Amino acid sequence: MNIHEYQGKALLKSFGAPVAEGVAIFSADEAEAAAKSLPGPLYVVKSQIHAGGRGKGKFKELGPDAKGGVRLAFSIEEAKAHAKEMLGNTLVTAQTGPAGKQVNRLYIEDGADIDRELYLSLLVDRSVGQVAFVVSTEGGMDIEAVAHDTPEKILTVAINPEAGVTADDLAKLTSALKLDGEAKADAEKLFPILYKAFVEKDMSLLEINPLIVMKNGRMRVLDAKVSFDGNALFRHDDIKALRDETEEDAKEIEASKWDLAYVALDGNIGCMVNGAGLAMATMDIIKLYGKEPANFCDVGGGAGKEKVAAAFKIITADPKVEGILVNIFGGIMKCDVIAEGVVAAVQEVGLKVPLVVRLEGTNVELGKKILNESGLAITAADDLDDAAKKIVAAING
Amino acid sequence: MSILVNKNTKVLVQGLTGKTGTFHTEQALAYYGTQMVGGIHPKKGGETWTGSKGESLPIFASVAEGKEKTGADASVIYVPPAGAADAIIEAIEAEIPFITCITEGIPVADMVRVKARLDRSSSRLLGPNCPGILTPEECKIGIMPGSIFRKGSVGIVSRSGTLTYEAVFQTSNEGLGQTTAVGIGGDPVKGTEFIDVLEMFLADDATTSIIMIGEIGGSAEEDAAQFLIDEAKKGRKKPMAGFIAGRTAPKGRTMGHAGAVVSGGKGDAESKIAAMEAAGIRVSPSPARLGKTLVEVLKG
Repeated sequence: MNIHEYQGKALLKSFGAPVAEGVAIFSADEAEAAAKSLPGPLYVVKSQIHAGGRGKGKFKELGPDAKGGVRLAFSIEEAKAHAKEMLGNTLVTAQTGPAGKQVNRLYIEDGADIDRELYLSLLVDRSVGQVAFVVSTEGGMDIEAVAHDTPEKILTVAINPEAGVTADDLAKLTSALKLDGEAKADAEKLFPILYKAFVEKDMSLLEINPLIVMKNGRMRVLDAKVSFDGNALFRHDDIKALRDETEEDAKEIEASKWDLAYVALDGNIGCMVNGAGLAMATMDIIKLYGKEPANFCDVGGGAGKEKVAAAFKIITADPKVEGILVNIFGGIMKCDVIAEGVVAAVQEVGLKVPLVVRLEGTNVELGKKILNESGLAITAADDLDDAAKKIVAAING
Repeated sequence: MSILVNKNTKVLVQGLTGKTGTFHTEQALAYYGTQMVGGIHPKKGGETWTGSKGESLPIFASVAEGKEKTGADASVIYVPPAGAADAIIEAIEAEIPFITCITEGIPVADMVRVKARLDRSSSRLLGPNCPGILTPEECKIGIMPGSIFRKGSVGIVSRSGTLTYEAVFQTSNEGLGQTTAVGIGGDPVKGTEFIDVLEMFLADDATTSIIMIGEIGGSAEEDAAQFLIDEAKKGRKKPMAGFIAGRTAPKGRTMGHAGAVVSGGKGDAESKIAAMEAAGIRVSPSPARLGKTLVEVLKG
């Protein structure tokens, strides 16, 4: 789960990280009061969307010469004018795709005098199974480009969970970032705070780009991109409350209510599969036969009939879907449960597109029997290859 | 021969008394008499578990007690996500040599904690978020459907549960059969990696060919490919076919498995396929042609 920059900063501030003063606003009317509450005279007006590249992003509705999604303002009047222009419009960045994202929230922040821009992130380094810091002196840039062009400028330091952030770890990090004086002292305080926040709040990514050294020699967290481990949300009601559903696909929200792993895609063959690997492979084989999947959908192992029916309804409700492929290789999932769920869903919402079902594995005979006796227009398939061919053929008419 | 488990393996079940644990323990007992020797439940120690067909197993209050009383050398975990990490750690502390965790959805931070404890132990962990392991006609630990297996010569290792079944099903249909199938699981932090299993398959005389199934995310497939290249230089090499799931997955999105996400140009399908092919693995473009691809490799 992702949150907005202003929410991430508030969270880091609560752990004691140095963050600028700022106010989130939802309408242009609030801009004046927000700016007045800040020290000034420099303000930064930042679009709050769940995508990076905001500064270089462009608003669809404004001309090509209009400023981007992160703007400086040198007076309260200017901050107000920016807010009016930005709110409600659609920001297109390198990460949003051409459709862009509507800006419904702005964050007005106190400006900072920047001396140096650094990069810092925390993530789980899967190769060692530990949380790791990734740092670079090349802040404020696209870190993927830095990794590609100058990998020697990036340092990764994995943290032993039983020892926490050690003096040795700090020495490596501050040295790589070329920090000294007050900035170094600030960093030695900040890095363990960030590690603590990451672990305590079950983050999957904490990216601060840039982390800055100000002209007065102190450090500040200038941006914060925070993602949380969806599997750990059950123990963080405070984090769950930060979710902004307007940033998500409606079908994905409905799917998440049922705890379904669902990702909306652009094609026209709806898929319902058990197991993430098989679900990806099903998408791959659809593509191999020249079509595109409309979604990724893993109903998981322990799904009951109701969950299967819910998944099926989400897929049929997608107007792009011209055909549906159900591909089940039952292990923990029993084929009869899938069959019952599909039949229940079709009886409730009807079936307007071709449906191909491939069942194999646990209780396969029972599952096939339920489908056969349902009297529904379902095309049975013998294996994955057969299933993919049949659904593609059905759509091509 | 086989790897990791065989007819002598004695298995304790952590989470036996739940619905999932009960169903799959019944299936395991029915599979060539896999030696399921007891269940663990902190409050039900001393009671007896009864299956739907009248099967029964003793319940112990702790893994340590269960191990002491049964001589178990393996455990399988069906405990729900919130308690699964502690269940793994309990098994590690009881010095169970081989622990399989089926549970899906364990917080990554919990697995980081488990991994640190595991690294200081002599236990091997398989999973979590995996289908388990099966040696045909001898031992079934986990949730793989036993009916699709056939005793034979192919070693199968996979990050995906259901794609493991595809590989098993297809190699059975081709008449090759399996020595052992191992699902290493789809989580980013896990106990057993491709390299560990490949090492065992290379060392196992009965395994004469291998299928390896990876997916997007991380660099375990690239690491495994490098391992195979290094081993081949020492003269250790077996015919291999493979598959990578997620060629069509969009960047930056998690595809179901917590570990299946392409980020920063890393972990994408094409680089994995290239690495595997460089290591001499014939990578099938279709998940439906795993068995046939291996047969083609074996024909030379």
